[in-house]
Amino acid sequence: MYEKDGEKYFIVDSHMHYWNAAPSNWVKGAEQYAKGWIECFHAYQSLGPQETHWPIEKFMGYTEDDLMKDVFEDGYVDIAVFQPTYLKEWYAEGFNTTERNAALGEKHPGMFIANTRFDPRDGDVGLEELRRNVERYGSKGVKLYTAEWNNGSRGYKLSDPAAYRYLEKAQELGIKNIHVHKGPTIWPLDKDAFDVSDVDHAATDFPELNFIVEHVGLPRIEDFCFMATQEPNVYAGLSVVIGGLMHARPKFFARVMGELLFWVGEDKMTFGSDYGIWEPKWQIEGFVDWDYPSDEFSDFPRVTTATKKKILGLNAARLYDIKVPAEYQLPVVPSAREAEESAQLVTES
Amino acid sequence: MTVSTDTTVVSAALSALATVRDPELDEPITTLGFVASCVVSCEGRAVVRLRLPTYFCAPNFAFLMVADAYDAVTAVQGVRSAEVILEDHFASDAINAGVAAQAGFVQSFDGEAVAELGDLRAQFLRKAVMAGTDQVCRPLVAAGVTPAELLVLTLGAVPASPELLRLRERRAELGLAAGDDAPLLIDPGTGARIDEAAVPLHLRKARVTRAGIEANTSICSGMFRVRYPDG
Repeated sequence: MYEKDGEKYFIVDSHMHYWNAAPSNWVKGAEQYAKGWIECFHAYQSLGPQETHWPIEKFMGYTEDDLMKDVFEDGYVDIAVFQPTYLKEWYAEGFNTTERNAALGEKHPGMFIANTRFDPRDGDVGLEELRRNVERYGSKGVKLYTAEWNNGSRGYKLSDPAAYRYLEKAQELGIKNIHVHKGPTIWPLDKDAFDVSDVDHAATDFPELNFIVEHVGLPRIEDFCFMATQEPNVYAGLSVVIGGLMHARPKFFARVMGELLFWVGEDKMTFGSDYGIWEPKWQIEGFVDWDYPSDEFSDFPRVTTATKKKILGLNAARLYDIKVPAEYQLPVVPSAREAEESAQLVTES
Repeated sequence: MTVSTDTTVVSAALSALATVRDPELDEPITTLGFVASCVVSCEGRAVVRLRLPTYFCAPNFAFLMVADAYDAVTAVQGVRSAEVILEDHFASDAINAGVAAQAGFVQSFDGEAVAELGDLRAQFLRKAVMAGTDQVCRPLVAAGVTPAELLVLTLGAVPASPELLRLRERRAELGLAAGDDAPLLIDPGTGARIDEAAVPLHLRKARVTRAGIEANTSICSGMFRVRYPDG
């Protein structure tokens, strides 16, 4: 938890990792991709404050102690949600798998939520693996990385029939939250691979699932915003937005936040540090202190303490049924309709 | 690095490269730093080296930039042959070989692509038109121009500015009306006028489109500076 100016913030880091990208984990013959991937991630880290940069050696394989210190001891996080990414074509034992994450989680009960993942191209075997993971790790969410390379295929769409089959199965198994990552995706090659319209289709057809679009569809914020405003079950995952823009490009950060607050709204935005890319500490401190920098932003929705409490933890706590102690909750203000109803009750009695 | 016995040919080649834009960011590859070097030999052989912010930048946009750079440099007077080399990219080999052979995108990525990239380029030009609409309209709105007034405004009636010129150029590239009599507010997909009731939403869409492109550009240039700190 984080406390500032007498306000207490319950922190859910809804998007973080425990990866192994060390050279010993690179697949023979695919070393250039494994190296290219982690170097690309490392460059993202440089968009944060200088004193939080790591040397590439640490970045490739930070330890359990690093993670526990950076995320919980120094980083104010109450509950962290592991989001696995496999990339097994490049990383022999996977980049960060459900098993690796969960093994760490089991050593620290109550601190982590272990999401799992699926890849619709894995057929019946993948469906069975999904079932096993949900049963074993109690996963309530999955992370989907549509740009993953898989046996010659360079990616998939959430609207593919195979993906629908997996979404149906996930829902049946009790999964509630689908975190979608449109990352540095390259497929389909002849179209805009960052296009989010497949999420739109899936969100319409699976109204009981929540779709958290990580990195808010960056670099296609506009497409994401148009979609999110029409789909009640689409959320904005703020990983990369805070980490990549707040420090490096504060003016663009303000404009992106303003747009998200306008189109998506403060009830559907969730904080994720994207650790180990960025440590949560500076992101949380900076975001709690943040406001629009000038009058230029006067026609964007206001940012209040309540806005920040929702984004930093309360929204994700709702998605994951996390019990939040009363001291961190927002004061309950009855909605207009409830107020009207209770007024009516008074009149009737 | 620019080496030639004939500096006028090199500067002409660089001017030609300045007309090549990153289709996604809508900025010239020269100002983005993507041109690592441009060399023209005494025999008129041009060699251009390009580099991008990450190893995994989208190959379709990368292909367009390499192919456009090839076309631009080849057209320069004094250049007899050109080679454009994309460096440090996971698909460098396919792109470089494809452009050198003037093979087109589908052939260059045999089995992985079914269409050439004209539609993709047009899609991003439409985004550029929306972003340009915000650039042109925002100062007008700040000066008190109402939505109803914006609706009847023509391009010729808007005070001249680099942003207006850019908007006209992007519209012209899409085959949309860009002359003095053309309305300022149009749907970039159809070219149709915007209905009065839809003006506020149109402006909001223009604003978020611009925010998206500019945020993307800022992240890309941040990544580029880390990758090529001396560039």
